[in-house]
Amino acid sequence: MPTIYIDNVPYEVKAGKNLLEACLSLGKDLPYFCWHPAMGSVGACRQCAVKVFKDETDTKGRLIMSCMEPVRDQMRLSIEEPEAKEFRKHVIEWLMTNHPHDCAVCDEGGSCHLQDMTVMTGHAYRRFQFKKRTYQNQYLGPFLNHEMNRCIQCYRCVRYYKDYAGGKDLDVFGAHNHVYFGRAEDGVLESEFSGNLAEVCPTGVFTDKTLKQHYTRKWDLTMAPSICHHCSLGCNITAGERYGSLRQIVNRYNGEVNGYFLCDRGRFGYEFVNSPARVKKALVRSKLPEAVSRQEALQEVTAQLKNARLIGIGSPRASLESNFALKALVGEDNFHSGVSDTDYDLVNMSLKILQSSPARTFSMREVEKADAVFILGEDLINTAPRLGLAVRQSVRLQPMETVMQASIPYWQDAAARELVQDQHGPLFMATLTATKLDEIATAAVHASPDTISRLGFAVANLISAESPEVPHLPEEEQALAEQIAQALVHAKRPLIISGCSSGSEAVLEATANLTAALHAQNPETGIVLTVPECNSMGLAMLGGHRLDSAFAAIHNNYADAVIILENNLHRCADKAEVDRFLGKAKQVIVLDHLHHATSEKAHIVLPAGAFSEADGTLVNNEGRAQRFYQVYPTAEDIQESWRWLSQIGQALHVPLMNQWENLDDVTHALIEIEPRFRSLEAIAPPAGFRIAGQKVPRETHRFSGRTAMFAHHSVSEPKPPEDPDAPLSYTMEGYRGQPPSPITPFFWAPGWNSMQSVNKYQDEVGGHLRYGDPGVRLIEPGQNGTHRYYHEAPEDFQPLKDHLLVLPLPHIFGSEELSCFSPGIAERAPKPYVALSPQDAQMYGLEAGEILSFTLNHQTFRLPVKLFPELPLGTAGLPRGLPDVPFAEVPAWAIILKQEPAWKNQPHTIS
Amino acid sequence: MGLTFLHAFHKRDTIQYPEEKAKLSTRWRGRIVLTRDPDKGERCVGCYLCAAACPVDCISLQSTEDENGRRYPDFFRINFSRCIFCGFCEEACPTYAIQLIPDFEMAEYNRQNLVYEKEDLLIDGQGKYPGYNYYKVAGMAIGGKDKGEGINENPPVNVKSLLP
Repeated sequence: MPTIYIDNVPYEVKAGKNLLEACLSLGKDLPYFCWHPAMGSVGACRQCAVKVFKDETDTKGRLIMSCMEPVRDQMRLSIEEPEAKEFRKHVIEWLMTNHPHDCAVCDEGGSCHLQDMTVMTGHAYRRFQFKKRTYQNQYLGPFLNHEMNRCIQCYRCVRYYKDYAGGKDLDVFGAHNHVYFGRAEDGVLESEFSGNLAEVCPTGVFTDKTLKQHYTRKWDLTMAPSICHHCSLGCNITAGERYGSLRQIVNRYNGEVNGYFLCDRGRFGYEFVNSPARVKKALVRSKLPEAVSRQEALQEVTAQLKNARLIGIGSPRASLESNFALKALVGEDNFHSGVSDTDYDLVNMSLKILQSSPARTFSMREVEKADAVFILGEDLINTAPRLGLAVRQSVRLQPMETVMQASIPYWQDAAARELVQDQHGPLFMATLTATKLDEIATAAVHASPDTISRLGFAVANLISAESPEVPHLPEEEQALAEQIAQALVHAKRPLIISGCSSGSEAVLEATANLTAALHAQNPETGIVLTVPECNSMGLAMLGGHRLDSAFAAIHNNYADAVIILENNLHRCADKAEVDRFLGKAKQVIVLDHLHHATSEKAHIVLPAGAFSEADGTLVNNEGRAQRFYQVYPTAEDIQESWRWLSQIGQALHVPLMNQWENLDDVTHALIEIEPRFRSLEAIAPPAGFRIAGQKVPRETHRFSGRTAMFAHHSVSEPKPPEDPDAPLSYTMEGYRGQPPSPITPFFWAPGWNSMQSVNKYQDEVGGHLRYGDPGVRLIEPGQNGTHRYYHEAPEDFQPLKDHLLVLPLPHIFGSEELSCFSPGIAERAPKPYVALSPQDAQMYGLEAGEILSFTLNHQTFRLPVKLFPELPLGTAGLPRGLPDVPFAEVPAWAIILKQEPAWKNQPHTIS
Repeated sequence: MGLTFLHAFHKRDTIQYPEEKAKLSTRWRGRIVLTRDPDKGERCVGCYLCAAACPVDCISLQSTEDENGRRYPDFFRINFSRCIFCGFCEEACPTYAIQLIPDFEMAEYNRQNLVYEKEDLLIDGQGKYPGYNYYKVAGMAIGGKDKGEGINENPPVNVKSLLP
């Protein structure tokens, strides 16, 4: 390791880094703007200047930009040298000449990198007396606010949006000191990752528009570490609350999972917590008024359940603890997973594949390091968006080798991109329809799930003869399979991505075979499978019967009462069937945080805590269990589902649940009964954990208004609420140093108020968090026996006359249940539609926008047609999970109803 | 003894409060008010700096925005039973909205009455700093002031022009 001398003190640093990274990793305060750990250096802002000296005797030195200078052994530099300091002070003074006098009305204020850097450089007095430049702003959609006056032209936004995230519609316009960062015209930013601009922008040009609706400064938020509940990836987030409502979601760095970025669904989907559709009081329908207190509700539930034969329906969006509590309450035989049949099969199969596959499941950090990727049947941007962003980085890997050969450091972003141009490493996509990643793919085919599976089998067969041959493969596909096999075999870390969204077991089988075949040749092979919901994997690991058997249990009089945990059954089974089930059951108890069609029909509704009002554990698609913490004490009668269930269990004298007091008790019981969860013990410190006898405060040391917030109710201040479940306190008192990474409520360091303070929490810049990245992996390769090859490739897909195979089409905005309650997400969600290929549409005599009628599983649908040129012939796409599209188990064959000719609908006229 | 008699004939320091009011300087730190700018708009923009500066955390507010983008506090609450009249809030205020005025007669029999809401705090005048209008020097466009119409501002840049 090279040694460098900073202000005459020797330090050992990592070779290959630049000086700025090295200084920041050592904990030095060196100001910067244009550099970003995920995006490298361009040397545009001139803010990180340091003095470099030739040798010990050199007193003059020379100024260099530390972000552009690689680390060399025996290098001598000075951050504190007066000339360097003076230079940095001048640079920021120039950057600030046009910056408006806005901080008081700027949403960035208090977590602003520009503020921090200005204070750090000591620029305190404005000498520039001339007129300031101004700009008109643009409307950028429901997520981001634009205030161009504040821009300091660091170019980070376009570098992130275009280069990193592959967006097309944000750019820099104009010339000289008039450059403008925005869209060509007003309009919604198209990228699914636009929200990160609010964090990437060092000042307040792009700010969170949802935060603006209920604006709160960072220092006033009560924050807790949380996990995003809007897809299966389990991105780490920090959730902030003020005055009893959730105010903001920001990224919480996790070196293994989400790194520096989130998707827009994760960042802006939180508003369902503040939705008017929330269940706030326990409701007993047989009483008037229906709303009752917590105790009354518990008494009622106990009375009703005392002699009942009870079954339970779990949920893939409830925590592991809540599902386990339900399982413990109703007994293993009576616990059912509340997921659709297709999802049940696919998730269980995914779990089986991950457990038996010899290859490792890649975390998102590893995905970024994969140099050949083959995606089967997954539209990543819509099912697991953050993973799509990671794949986007992975295709840069192979071209970057030419950059290395040209001895350009990898972080020299402008030079590297100039050399790479638009070369991409091998990425092969086989998806149902066009996706946003197609543009960077080496080859992209759009086909039905069976055809995709056959392609996967063919590639597997080419790599290993153990995998079965695919009969009657068209020549074209054979050639493609050979190309893919070549690329995967020659890669250092090949990766196969698939998942449940295509609704096909055959695709998963092909994935399993392909991964195993590849792993036999290259032990570095990785696999990633996406699953439908945030805790689908956890629920599958916990086990549980099909939803159908729950229906059967009620219909056959095996049971007469049901507890439904955080689940809208109308989203996982046919409406008629669910209604019949709910009608037949004598007692339906629903625990949820939102009112929906199922809670409507319940006899008793218990208000459960949403993710910000509950503690729990989620298992992501990688098998990584991660803890999320309650952000604020709940008002009224809301409490965690597992707490409701353990109270019911105690009232019903369930022996296992007798001693359950807090989250740790539930987790311990879970570990005892289900040993495969034993590593959960290491997931986070227990509730009794203290540092120097203190809890970790959820509030910053600047938190304001404690003696006035609730003074309008009563001027006497109540005792602050206590948290029995976590080593975090709801106050600003507690340990002020850096807590262990799983319980870091927010990132802040002296002089670093913005998100950029995360540098101080990492072992090295862009690396892992100090004390390790949070979360433990519950699934390791080859855990559950060895992989056996699936022996049959499916038959090729054949269109049927007057039928269409309906395939699920996921949407980042709209397909997920909870985020749809956020106004911004709802605005971006598509209107109900059915996708047809133009040829099919022509055959049925339909044009875009006209209504197609079809029956699917005995349900009749009438939906406007959208034309998808890439959709395979004989198939149709039904958007998955849209609030206005009724649930139907897909893929399934739809019978096309004859379109009634127009003259039939005309009124009869007698001439 | 002589000194005592000398004092006996001095002008009295004691005043007959409450019949006679104490003379307070304009800088006296008493009851807190929220002032308005010369256009009669609320000066407070809800920046939370007063609340952050308050050593006893007795200020609590929520900022919101009108349809023209002008920020104002949705509610603004000071718990005077906690206030120590240190004046940090006034120093922190970037818009001269919050001001301490020479009035200390706030005694109440009921402590709850010392919780002042915005309607109790907001006055019609400009207080000690006449003439200042924050939005005239801030870059944001609000109703009645578009981009480039503030003090010391150039008209908005024409992005399509290449002229220097």
